[in-house]
Amino acid sequence: MHVTVDPDLCQGHGVCESEAPAVFELSGNHKVTILDEQPPDELRGQVAAAVRFCPTSALSITD
Amino acid sequence: MTTTVEKRQPPRVSGGEGENGHLEELRVDPIALLERVRSECGDVGRFGLGANEVVLLSGAEANEFFFRAPDELLDQAEAYPFMKPVFGEGVIFDASPERRREMLHNQALRDKFMRGHAATIAGEVEQMVAGWGDEGEIDLLDWFAELTIYTSSSCLIGKRFRDQLTRRFAELYHDLERGTDALAFVDPYAPIESFRRRDAARVELVGLIQGIMDGRLAAGPPADDERDLLDVLMSIRDDDGALRFSADQVTGVFISMMFAGHHTTSTTASWMIIELLTRPEDLGRVTTELDALYANGEEVSYQALREMPWLEASLKETLRLHPPLILLLRVAMEDIEFREFTIHAGEMVGASPWVSNRIPEDFADAGRFDPSRYLAPREEDRLNPWTWIPFGAGRHRCVGSAFALMQLKAIFSVLFQDWEFELAQPADSYVADLSKMVIQLQQPCTVRYRRRDRAALGHRP
Repeated sequence: MHVTVDPDLCQGHGVCESEAPAVFELSGNHKVTILDEQPPDELRGQVAAAVRFCPTSALSITD
Repeated sequence: MTTTVEKRQPPRVSGGEGENGHLEELRVDPIALLERVRSECGDVGRFGLGANEVVLLSGAEANEFFFRAPDELLDQAEAYPFMKPVFGEGVIFDASPERRREMLHNQALRDKFMRGHAATIAGEVEQMVAGWGDEGEIDLLDWFAELTIYTSSSCLIGKRFRDQLTRRFAELYHDLERGTDALAFVDPYAPIESFRRRDAARVELVGLIQGIMDGRLAAGPPADDERDLLDVLMSIRDDDGALRFSADQVTGVFISMMFAGHHTTSTTASWMIIELLTRPEDLGRVTTELDALYANGEEVSYQALREMPWLEASLKETLRLHPPLILLLRVAMEDIEFREFTIHAGEMVGASPWVSNRIPEDFADAGRFDPSRYLAPREEDRLNPWTWIPFGAGRHRCVGSAFALMQLKAIFSVLFQDWEFELAQPADSYVADLSKMVIQLQQPCTVRYRRRDRAALGHRP
């Protein structure tokens, strides 16, 4: 599983951070930093929720 | 040998020969104008607005260009002259849109605050319907405009401030919204009735807020856990001990914080009811979904609000067909080339949610209200991120979109659980008032309500 963000679209709502704190973190500029671009499979549920509930559809998973 | 392709100005739409270009048409029938630009000129067309020209972009590729452009290229700060008299000339408005967004984020719109907002909003709806009898009639515009004054002030400024507001605040706020005639592109202070009422409303709002501030000064500071944004602003003082922010400046801040989320949410809620009441099948799906979700008297919670696909899809479809903003504007900061065209520095550049949301190549049966287009596997909003644009897109996408959808779901969770509605007018008499840049429903727009028979449903007393 590979996670990517379109930085043009991220507004720093922080939904992803709530859903998958091990993978996403909001940084000082109010944009997301991906802590682990290839998170382990057991986090797939969390990451999928982060992608689904991102208010700006800035995240995606590529396998 | 090299060939140079000469870039040219985008084609201009028919009409608009007078000195103010298409201004008069924009003031009377903006939708006809915007649709004609696309039908006559394609993805890139042009219309006249006062002394200025507006390049209107539409379609996925042109919209992506519009929404991805950085502020240094397409600036939005100067694009909305009709908002300046509404917000006022406070020093605080020197803050960039980015900075304002940052401030909002920190205070209220971040995901971690949403959980509390859901309960607050449900509580405000309960309070409004507490005054209802078993049946009656409401005007959708008046009712939702008042409700959303309470919800937005409560969530964005604080409970203490909200509790000091009366219906009068909502009425004055409405006059501000009505003061957005496109004539402001030529003269924001032209001697017309809606501008006069706008300015009088702002003066009265400053008076109301001055009264609230005086009362708080006399009463002394509240307990720490009751402090709201007004208390915070009032705690900032100059070196000589005077309040740093006057009532006029505070009013400007509050008006601007509430503006984007007020008429937009209120109008969407109204159209949602109208659309569902004319489509019993879609309404049935929504109420069945809610009845199942709240079958055991559960609270309206953040988590519950995430799990209502039909309600969410119906809201998205309402937003697609009735986008609260039909024209989004920027100003070109330098000469810009797009395809074979040049957009000159100083010209305005626009994108239209109304036009884009109905492009037949992107939305099957585009004119039809069809919530199922948002469910898997169709997901037409995600499939078309640059043409499904009721909230705009890209870096300037509405920062309140998640809050707005959550708020609307909370409102309908309460309303549809305990009440049923029916149209009180012929279906085709509910129409938008397009004469202002802030589009609302034309009044009257009434519906009847009746308390649902809970006992017959066999749950929650």
